Amino acid sequence: MSVSNALYQEVILDHNRKPRNWGALPAPSHRAEGHNPLCGDHIVLTLAVGEQGTIDAVGFEGEGCAICKASASMMTGAVKGRPVAEAEAMVGEFRGMVTGTLDTERDAHQLGRLKVFAGVRDLPSRVKCAILPWHTLHAALNRESSASTEGEGA
Amino acid sequence: MSASEAGARLDPARVRADFPILDLQVNGKPLVYLDNAASAQMPQRVIDRIVRYQTREHSNIHRAVHYLSETATAEYEAARRSIQRLLNAASDREIIFTSGTTDAINLVMHGYGRKFVGEGDEIVVSAIEHHANIVPWQMLCEERGARLRVIPVNDAGELDFSAYRELLGPRTKLVAITHVSNALGTVVPVADYIAEAHRLGVPVLVDGAQAAPHLQVDVQALGCDFYAFSGHKMCGPTGIGVLYGRAEWLERMQPFKGGGDMILSVTFEKTTYNGLPFKFEAGTPPIMPAIALGEAVDYLLELGLANIARCEHELLAYATEEVARIPGLRVIGTAERKAAVLSMVMEGIHPHDLGTLLNEDGVAVRAGHHCAQPVMARYGIPATARASFAFYNTPGEVDTLVASLLRARKVFGLS
Repeated sequence: MSVSNALYQEVILDHNRKPRNWGALPAPSHRAEGHNPLCGDHIVLTLAVGEQGTIDAVGFEGEGCAICKASASMMTGAVKGRPVAEAEAMVGEFRGMVTGTLDTERDAHQLGRLKVFAGVRDLPSRVKCAILPWHTLHAALNRESSASTEGEGA
Repeated sequence: MSASEAGARLDPARVRADFPILDLQVNGKPLVYLDNAASAQMPQRVIDRIVRYQTREHSNIHRAVHYLSETATAEYEAARRSIQRLLNAASDREIIFTSGTTDAINLVMHGYGRKFVGEGDEIVVSAIEHHANIVPWQMLCEERGARLRVIPVNDAGELDFSAYRELLGPRTKLVAITHVSNALGTVVPVADYIAEAHRLGVPVLVDGAQAAPHLQVDVQALGCDFYAFSGHKMCGPTGIGVLYGRAEWLERMQPFKGGGDMILSVTFEKTTYNGLPFKFEAGTPPIMPAIALGEAVDYLLELGLANIARCEHELLAYATEEVARIPGLRVIGTAERKAAVLSMVMEGIHPHDLGTLLNEDGVAVRAGHHCAQPVMARYGIPATARASFAFYNTPGEVDTLVASLLRARKVFGLS
């Protein structure tokens, strides 16, 4: 199967059509905006981190390509209910997967169904699309108001 | 009378044979290169010219008395005369080699703008400019307290001439407009805009990056004061471009860059600048790219720009008709006069996804905002997928594009 056919699987197309956790939380504890200036992808991520340090609720909105939107949608589902430290670890794993430093078949990871994005590493121009929501999550958790994919080596 | 003057039709098979890269396979499919507005491909004779220069002619120019330096100088200056012929400039002194269109526009910004534009003055641009013809003027306006005025565009992508006339006034110091929109394909009737500005004595810079490779350009007939274009969009190499400037303006302008070759004499008390065009070519120029561009221009002149324009117009007409049959597809930019650019949006598929899926079929298009974010904002879209044609493209390639667009709909579960 070709690279893009492998990538545009039903799960990604479904999340693109019906993004989960769509919208902005009314009273977020954390918020960040992510921009991909070269292609115009733009997302706003809001989080509610509870006193126990877990991500109790998460919402996103914005616009972008199918890869960006599906990545954001699946990310929100994956980090909801997780401790902040685990979510941060997933940011690193996801980045490793799409830039080719983490092999999901060989290396330990907790990405689960997010593995469908592994094929992005063969499409260098699209790595930024997949990674933008994760950059934005990292920015929000670290109290940075914005994230950009510019300067991303991939 | 040459074939081009007789209006001979271009033979696609013969023309394609001139471009070795067109034989490439991408993802196991024949390359269908439809990103010519970003950069055009290079014919074998230009590639050969580069090899000949580097193997038999290279040295620094305008310097030494030895054989190679004289050869390189003669070839470099011959390239300048090829450009002069292409544009029908009155003199080769009016042809300045730059690194590209962006560099050429920045030259005018520094050389003309920083000398003649002051507080409260106005610069007129249009709503369909490339960032290269917006940002330098914004920088100048910010520095000088001047104001940027913008000619509006209608839904089809045509500029509003009557609004333009109202924008012009006693404070207008420069009009900077595109000849052909890179994002929409609109051909702007720049001669009318120039005539109007000249009634007020206002000079006009034309961004010809998308026009010079596709239309017959006559700077004297247009009457423009400055005309800028890039070598790599017209079958030449990157790193070289041209600014045509009317001698009377170039002489009054200040140099852009200081250094060697642009001076007559230097002491620590006073430097006297060189004459045209050397006043604007400081330092060792991109000699090989200039000579290669001269060869590319000779090639295009032999094919005939009128023939090229007609061939591309037919391709555009065919492609426009064919993509109209695709459900959910909308063409952005439907001006009456267009160059061979098809900017497309597909309902339900982001242009970047479209670009990736087309690439799977060997089809190269550009997906993005095309360095024209104000244009995207005007039409309320983040990006488009742009197919841009050259004279070496064929109707068969249009068919491949259409089939690939239909396949993308299928992948996305759209009927």
